[in-house]
Amino acid sequence: MELAGILIIPLLASAFSLLPAGQRFAAPVTVIASAIVLCLAIVIAAEAAQTGHVAASGEWLTCDGLGALVLLLVAFVGFTAALFSWGYIAERVKHGRRKSTRLYYGLYNLFVLSMLAVPLLANVALMWIAVELTTLLSAFLVGFEDTPEALEAAWKYVVLTTLGAVLALLGFLILYWGSRIAGLEPFTWVGLVEAAPRMPPALLWPAFLFILVGFGTKVGFVPMHTWLPDAHSQAPASICALLSGVETTTVLYVILRLFPVVGGAAGLDARPWFIGFGLLSVAIATLLFIHVRDFKRLFAFSTVEHMGIILVAAGLGGAEAHLGAAYQMTGHAIAKSFCFFAAGVTVLGLGTQEISAVRGLVRSSPVAAIALLAGGFAIAGAPPFAVFVSELVIFKAGLASGQYLVIAVLAVLVVIAFCAVMFHINRMIFGVADQQMRAASIPLSCKATLAIAAIPLVIIGIYIPTPLYGLLKAAASAMGG
Amino acid sequence: MSGSPVLFAFDALTGALFLLTALGVVATRQVLASLQLFILQSLLLSFSAVLLGIAQNSIHLFAVAAITIATKTLLIPWLLRRTVREEVYGTREVERVLNIPSSLLIAAILIVLAYVVANPLLGIVAMPFVQINLPLGIAAMFLGGFTIAVRREAVPQLLGLLAVENGVFFAGVAIVPNLPVIAELAAAVDVPVITLVVGLLTRRIHARLGTTAVGQLASLREE
Repeated sequence: MELAGILIIPLLASAFSLLPAGQRFAAPVTVIASAIVLCLAIVIAAEAAQTGHVAASGEWLTCDGLGALVLLLVAFVGFTAALFSWGYIAERVKHGRRKSTRLYYGLYNLFVLSMLAVPLLANVALMWIAVELTTLLSAFLVGFEDTPEALEAAWKYVVLTTLGAVLALLGFLILYWGSRIAGLEPFTWVGLVEAAPRMPPALLWPAFLFILVGFGTKVGFVPMHTWLPDAHSQAPASICALLSGVETTTVLYVILRLFPVVGGAAGLDARPWFIGFGLLSVAIATLLFIHVRDFKRLFAFSTVEHMGIILVAAGLGGAEAHLGAAYQMTGHAIAKSFCFFAAGVTVLGLGTQEISAVRGLVRSSPVAAIALLAGGFAIAGAPPFAVFVSELVIFKAGLASGQYLVIAVLAVLVVIAFCAVMFHINRMIFGVADQQMRAASIPLSCKATLAIAAIPLVIIGIYIPTPLYGLLKAAASAMGG
Repeated sequence: MSGSPVLFAFDALTGALFLLTALGVVATRQVLASLQLFILQSLLLSFSAVLLGIAQNSIHLFAVAAITIATKTLLIPWLLRRTVREEVYGTREVERVLNIPSSLLIAAILIVLAYVVANPLLGIVAMPFVQINLPLGIAAMFLGGFTIAVRREAVPQLLGLLAVENGVFFAGVAIVPNLPVIAELAAAVDVPVITLVVGLLTRRIHARLGTTAVGQLASLREE
């Protein structure tokens, strides 16, 4: 029942937002709807944490530990980003474009809906459609600012990620072919894991590669990442939080689902590919950090880095490493969305995204400065934030299983990335300004968002509540343990 | 199950023409010609689906054929006319990165590559139609991707994207003749939505920039 509710509520909110009469209430309705979705997601996640599996409504919807974790993260960022949009979008569309506000919330709800559907849909073919819709529904949100740069970003985003999704479609068709040969009737993830040993490896392997490269484009793995820094820097900050924080995670979830499927077949090993793509992504993102000029792009590259780390963690194998991967997904989604909210209030205050144009932020806008500093530390992986702990868990798991070289390379890259991120942020916040900047005031809803989003940001690095730990465990075991 | 030799021969002919249309999309200079080739390619895809449907007694494949005709030969051209009329019917040449002879040379290499990729899959089951549709579908997919890479304008890039889709389905009708209907319906919704989104985006880019030469958009990059 909750599973169906989660999908129906955003649909209603979207329909309401698009009504001409609803334009004044589109923002509050979206906030309330996403708050209800978050509550339902918490209920589902709590159940999944205890039982490892939530009973399906019919045979269409289902949710296990990994699905519930992704669902919870999407619902959380969906709620905070909706609250942030309230003040942010009103500020950005001051001059008349009322219709575009309606369109924004209409598409916003549908975009969140498509991401919520990915971990819930039992049928793999339908799940592919949901992933594809996340791109198509967010295309106009990426181009929302209507500047040439935003439209360029939206164009690259749609063409490249759709191309990737079509490539992945061929992979899923081959997977379906294999599952028919193995005598599997409903085309579900559970069924695939079970049927994998009976599938011809010659089918499973190309299917895996097509999906890894195709959906890897949408996650932003190097070398298919070229669209990501554009889209994730040109969209409105609330949309960036969704794109970077959870859309990437949602698609990565699909790739992680393949891990136990491929692992079940004799003679196939996905791990070198996971580690290879992962390390390459971390390495290139780290290099790109150094001469980045736009602070939203800085956070976008950091997303490429984190997706790489999670992929490496999944590729290391073993329950500990997978626990680290699940923890890293959680830490990243929370910290990255917070970073984009902080970047959003900085943009609102100063009207620029240039790193070199922002100096001495701590004097001109203390709220933005503190948020940016906290977000920067959290995403770069400083203690006591969650990313620091999850990276330690991953390193420890890798060392325990004897994969010293991978861990050594990863650790060096992570340290360089940390220094690069903090170098830029430090200059923005504490640098000496040529002239004293005057920052515009920050809307109330944006401040409230920062306050709410800061709660899990601070807490989960120090203390993981028992139900959340259970959920992470369940997610790790769904990845194949 | 495996069908008569006549159907097989017809499917081989359809596959050859299908590949030719994909090559045509790479080589044509004008947008309207690309669109017409795409429509022809979609018709060939549905013809192949009908042939396989007869051979394998699969009602699903008739549905695929009907959906393909409805969306790709009727709905998509109509949508493009509605959203980006002047782009489609303008009689100018599309700017491209490579000249046609070198494009065709690379296209030939891509076709060979498609056979290399498909080859390990062909020996798994004795399904004769897979021998035709899978490598040719993958080849058409690669050629569509190549079209996106060499074209500098919005509508030709979209047609390349849709050609990739056609390639996937051309392979798909042979390897999964009994895909659930729900997936077909969803695909039927998906393709027009791609067209609509890309078409509207093109219109906005045109209105904002006065051009749709998306290949020249390069303000977003690192030093």
